[in-house]
Amino acid sequence: MIRLDHVGKTYRTRRGDLVRAVEDITLEVGDNEFVTLVGASGCGKSTLLKLVAGLTPATAGSIHIGGQAVREPFPDVGFVFQQPVLLPWRSVLDNVLFSVEMLGLEPRQYRKPAGDLLELTGLGGFETKYPRELSGGMQQRVAICRALLPDPSLLLMDEPFGALDAMTREEMSLELLRIWEERRKTILFVTHSIPEAILLADRVVVMTPRPGRIARVLTVDLPRPRTMAMEFDPRFKAASDEVRDLIFSRRIPAR
Amino acid sequence: MRLRHLLVEAVVPIVTVLGVLLAWEAATRAFRIPNFIMPAPSAILVEGWAWRYRFLGHTWVTLYETLGGFALSMAVGVPLAVLIVYSPALRRALYPLIVLMQSVPKIAIAPVLLLVLGHGEFPKVIVAFLVAFFPVVVDTATGLAATPPELLDLSRSYRASAFKTFLKVRLPMAMPFIFAGAKVAITLSVIGAVVGEFVGSDEGLGYVILSATSYWKTELAFSAMILLSLMAIVLFGAVSLVERLACPWLAPAGEE
Repeated sequence: MIRLDHVGKTYRTRRGDLVRAVEDITLEVGDNEFVTLVGASGCGKSTLLKLVAGLTPATAGSIHIGGQAVREPFPDVGFVFQQPVLLPWRSVLDNVLFSVEMLGLEPRQYRKPAGDLLELTGLGGFETKYPRELSGGMQQRVAICRALLPDPSLLLMDEPFGALDAMTREEMSLELLRIWEERRKTILFVTHSIPEAILLADRVVVMTPRPGRIARVLTVDLPRPRTMAMEFDPRFKAASDEVRDLIFSRRIPAR
Repeated sequence: MRLRHLLVEAVVPIVTVLGVLLAWEAATRAFRIPNFIMPAPSAILVEGWAWRYRFLGHTWVTLYETLGGFALSMAVGVPLAVLIVYSPALRRALYPLIVLMQSVPKIAIAPVLLLVLGHGEFPKVIVAFLVAFFPVVVDTATGLAATPPELLDLSRSYRASAFKTFLKVRLPMAMPFIFAGAKVAITLSVIGAVVGEFVGSDEGLGYVILSATSYWKTELAFSAMILLSLMAIVLFGAVSLVERLACPWLAPAGEE
């Protein structure tokens, strides 16, 4: 379980200005829960992920994972970013093995599980290809396999499908849900797509910008497995209307 | 189709060069231009052939100085760039010095260097090194700094050591940049070696050019110049070849 208790992050820019990235974030995420963070850009969603991963220290409040305070990076976590950031000189298989290698584990013992993961994500047979030979969606699948290989209990995803075209994006969302059904883990998923946030999540955390705060946490009341057809479910519509209201109502009108 | 394409690719430049040479030859004959002002290609060829054995020795000397300067520029430039990227303090300390060194015209330092270091090949190696090392430092530093921050976060979250991250991520990521620097450095090394020879030497292709011109033997100077450019082209090609072998992933998709 992840517990964020009045977490805040203030940093100083190069010019010396203080920027409050996030403020007063209190949130609990249960084991194997899928939580999406949604909000306009600049609301500190990505900062929040880095705080949870221990990559940057919080300036206020505390973060606990499984009862332990997070003060430094801990390896039981997988990261997926907006860009796949694969290593262009490595084959698909070696890119997936990168995570266990950096963890100091023996890559040879992970060849079989890595192959299984590639199979699971529809990349069977692509082991020896190089990243430049793959499409954007396939590259992102490799990045997801890399994150999953050490079997972390927590997966942090920072707009992982944000750089993909709309069709690939929908496909990948459902794909991710399928993978998650098979390999349950806690997922914190940042997005700026409201439908994506609702389709994926058990709970949606709606954030407001500058400084990033939690506006509300919505529980998505839709059965699993989710399908694209649920977008027409009245509950889906109600949820997305609510999220939209929360994000836009607090904005000062442009006129 | 492919063969025809290749033929056109090869034939067009060859025909152009031959055409220029023919026009040059014809012009020198038609206008009776003296050899010491503008020698005809045939005269250059004849003189070069007559010098073929002596050229072997001179070419070897210049090649040796060039390769020495290039090797030194890589051996010093790459580690220096690593220091600059990894230590902000060293960056502040070293960068102004490096830029200062670069801004001094090398042709101006060469006489002083030769005065200090004396005769022989070593001072020319140093001049070649001084001319060539700047792009190596700058390109390598740029390449090391160009690692996507996400990859650094990833390595950090896996608690990989800085050294491991350097070896497995940052250095290979910088390889294309390092090779870009090396390609510039190898051609600059040739220039450096020749500049060093101009200032004071009794062997090498630069020396041949200098002494040939002082005896009005322009056709000899020209043949030495052609050898120098051939050397630069071959060296550049060699570095490109090493790049292709070392970084096969850089080949654009669809190319075999």
